[in-house]
Amino acid sequence: MTTTEIPPDDSGVPPESPTPDTKNIGGAVAFAYVKPLAGLIVPLCAVAAALAVGAIMLLALGANPLRGYAALFDGAFGGRDALADTAIKAMPLLLVGVGICIAFRAGVINIGGEGQIIAGAIASTTLALLIPSTPRIILVPLVLMAGGLGGAVWGAIPGALKAYGGVSEILSTIMMNIVAAQFLSFLLQDLLIEEGAIKIQQTEKLDPNSHLPLLPGGTRLHLGVVIAILVAVLGYLLLFRSALGMRLRAVGHNPNASRYAGMEVKRSIVQALAFSGACAGVAGAILVFGSESHRLIGEGGASAFTQSAGFNGIVAALFGALHPISTIPASFFFGGLLTGGIQLQRELEVPAALIVALNGVVVIFVVSSLKLRGRINRWIERNDQARDHAAASISATTTPAADGDS
Amino acid sequence: MWSEFFTVSVLVATLASGIRLATPFLFAALGEAIGQRSGVLNLGVEGVMLIGAFAAYFTKLKTDSSLLAVGVALGAGAIMGLIYAFMTVVMHAEQGISGIGVFLFGLGFTDLLFQKQVGTPQGVPKLGKVNIPLLSDIPWIGEIFFQHNLLVYLAFLLVPLAWFLINKTTFGLNIRAVGETPEAADTLGVSVNRIRLQTILIGNSMAGLAGASLALEVAIFQQNLTSGQGFIAIALVYFGAWRPGGVMAGALLFGVVSATVLRLKTLGIVEGASSSLLAMAPAILTIIVLVIVSRRIAAPAALSRHFDRAS
Repeated sequence: MTTTEIPPDDSGVPPESPTPDTKNIGGAVAFAYVKPLAGLIVPLCAVAAALAVGAIMLLALGANPLRGYAALFDGAFGGRDALADTAIKAMPLLLVGVGICIAFRAGVINIGGEGQIIAGAIASTTLALLIPSTPRIILVPLVLMAGGLGGAVWGAIPGALKAYGGVSEILSTIMMNIVAAQFLSFLLQDLLIEEGAIKIQQTEKLDPNSHLPLLPGGTRLHLGVVIAILVAVLGYLLLFRSALGMRLRAVGHNPNASRYAGMEVKRSIVQALAFSGACAGVAGAILVFGSESHRLIGEGGASAFTQSAGFNGIVAALFGALHPISTIPASFFFGGLLTGGIQLQRELEVPAALIVALNGVVVIFVVSSLKLRGRINRWIERNDQARDHAAASISATTTPAADGDS
Repeated sequence: MWSEFFTVSVLVATLASGIRLATPFLFAALGEAIGQRSGVLNLGVEGVMLIGAFAAYFTKLKTDSSLLAVGVALGAGAIMGLIYAFMTVVMHAEQGISGIGVFLFGLGFTDLLFQKQVGTPQGVPKLGKVNIPLLSDIPWIGEIFFQHNLLVYLAFLLVPLAWFLINKTTFGLNIRAVGETPEAADTLGVSVNRIRLQTILIGNSMAGLAGASLALEVAIFQQNLTSGQGFIAIALVYFGAWRPGGVMAGALLFGVVSATVLRLKTLGIVEGASSSLLAMAPAILTIIVLVIVSRRIAAPAALSRHFDRAS
C-alpha cells in the first residue's frame, strides 16, 4: 500500500467528512493548540489561587494586598538589579530542580535536596579551606566539583538504602536532611568556625581565588547562574540523549519490565539519586562561593542557608513538567516569587515568616493542580487520537483514488 | 561527669521524661499509621503538629483552659485534615510532595501568628500531673509510669484502642481493604475516598493533638517548636510495621533517646558543638531502624497510590 498524505490545503478537515469521527476534528485541532498552553495555564492559575490566599493573610495582617503584590512584582522583575537578584535566587532552585527531574523520571522521590545542598557546601568549603592560594582557574572548578561530589554522596546513601535495603527514600532523604543540618551546625561551632572572639556560626572568609567571578554588566549576577543553566542543559542531554538516561527513564516508567529487559534497576536507583544529589551539591557550593559574604554561614539555621531550595526546587521541577529545560523558566518564576517576597515583606513591614507560609501555600496549590493538568492533557490526547483516527480513515478512503492515479 | 548520669534518681527521672517525650511521637505516629493503613501517606504531620502546638499554646495563654486548648488543637488539626484530603483525595496531588507544602505552611504560618499575636516568648502553666492512686507510690516504677499529665495517659490508652479499631471493627476492615486493594474494596461497595477522608481527618486531628501535648508539656511556643518530630513520627510508623504496638515501642525508644540527649545537655556532660552531633542521633537511629525493619515487613500495598475509578 502506498502512503498517502492529506493535501496540505485541506488541513485535515475536509468539508464533507466520510466518517462520523471527523465531527470532533475541529475541536481537536483547536485543543491541539491549547495543549502546550494547558501545561502552563493550570499551574499559573494555581499560583494565582495561592497568591489569593496570600492576599487574605495580608489583609489579616492589616496590610494592603494590592500594594503588597505590586511590591512583590517590582522586587522580582522591576529593573535590571531586580531581575539579576531573581536569577541568583533561581539558581539553587534550578539546580535542585534539574536533580529532581532526573530522580523523579527514574521513579525516585528525592526530598533530600536540603541535605544535599548542605553536603555540597560543606565539601566545597572544606576543600577551599584545605588548599588556599590555588589559582582561580583551578580552584573554582575544583570547589564546584567538590560540591557536586558531596551532594552525590549524600544522595547515593539513601539511593543505596532504597536499592539494597528496601528503605523508603522519602523517609531516608528527610532523615539525611536532619543529619546534614545538625552536622553543619556542629562544624560551624567547632572544626570550621572562624578564629576569633565572636563565636558566630560561620567560617572565615574564603580564599578570594575561590570566589565565583561576577558577570559583566554591573549587576550581582555571577558565574553560578551560568553554571546552573549549563547543568540544566547537561541534565537534558543526560536524560533524553544518552543511553544512561534512557535506562533511568525506563526504570522509572516500569521497574519490572526494565528488570526483565536486563537493566540494572538497583544500580539505576543509586545513580539517579547520586546525580540528583550532585546537582543540589553544586547549588550548595555556588551558594557559598557566589555569596557576597564569601563564607559558609550557619547562623539562623540550615534553612537560612539553603533558602529551602531543596523543597522549592521540587516545585520548580514539577512546574517545569519534570523537563530540565522548562525547569529554567519555572525556576526563574519561583526565584521571582522569593525575591519579590523579600521586597513585599520589607515594604509592608510584615514578618518574614509570611513568605515561608506563602511558599507552603504555593506548593500546596501547584502540587494539587498537577493532576488536573494531567487530566486536561489526557483529554486533549483523547481528542488527538480521535483526530488521528479520523485522519487515518480519511487517508483510507482516499487511498484507492491515489492508487488509481499511479 | 558520667557518674552523675548513672545514678538511680537521674535514670528514673530520665525514663519518666522519656515517656513524656514519647507522647507527641505516639499521638502523631498512631494517627499516621491509621492513615497509612488506608493507603494515605501524610508527610505534612510536622506542619500540622506545629499548628496544633500553636493552637493549644495560644488558647492556653488566652483562656488558661487546658481542655479548651486541647479542643482547639484537635479542631485545627481536623481543618488541616480537610485541606489535605482535598489535595490528595480530590485533586490526587502527589502524596510524597504535597505534605512538604503543608509542612512549609505550618512552619511559616505558626511563626507568623506567634510574632503577630504573642511577640515575646511567654510561658504558659504546665499541664498538671495526675498521680494514679496506689500505682504512683511504687518506688521507681511509680515515678516512671504513673506520675504524668492526662495527655500522656491518653496517648498510651489510644494504643489498644487503635489496635481494636484497625483489627476488630468494620471500619478497620474497610481501612485495611482500602489500603491493600482499593479496586477490590470499591467493587464491594466500600467508598475508597470516604474511608480515606475519614482516616486523614483522624490522622490530622491526632497530629494536632500531638502538637498540643508537646506545647503543653514544654509550656512554651517558639518557631519550629517540633524540630523534625513530625517527620520522625512518620518513620516510626514504618518502624512499628504499621501496628499500634510496634509504633508505641518506637515512640518509647525515641522518647528515651531524646530524654537522654536532653539530660546529658542539662547535666553539662555534652555541650556546645557536641550537642549538635548528639542531635543527629534520632535521625541516624531512624535510618538504621528503617534498614532493619524494611527487609521484613511490607508496607500497605496501595500506600501513596491514588484511587481513581476510571483508571
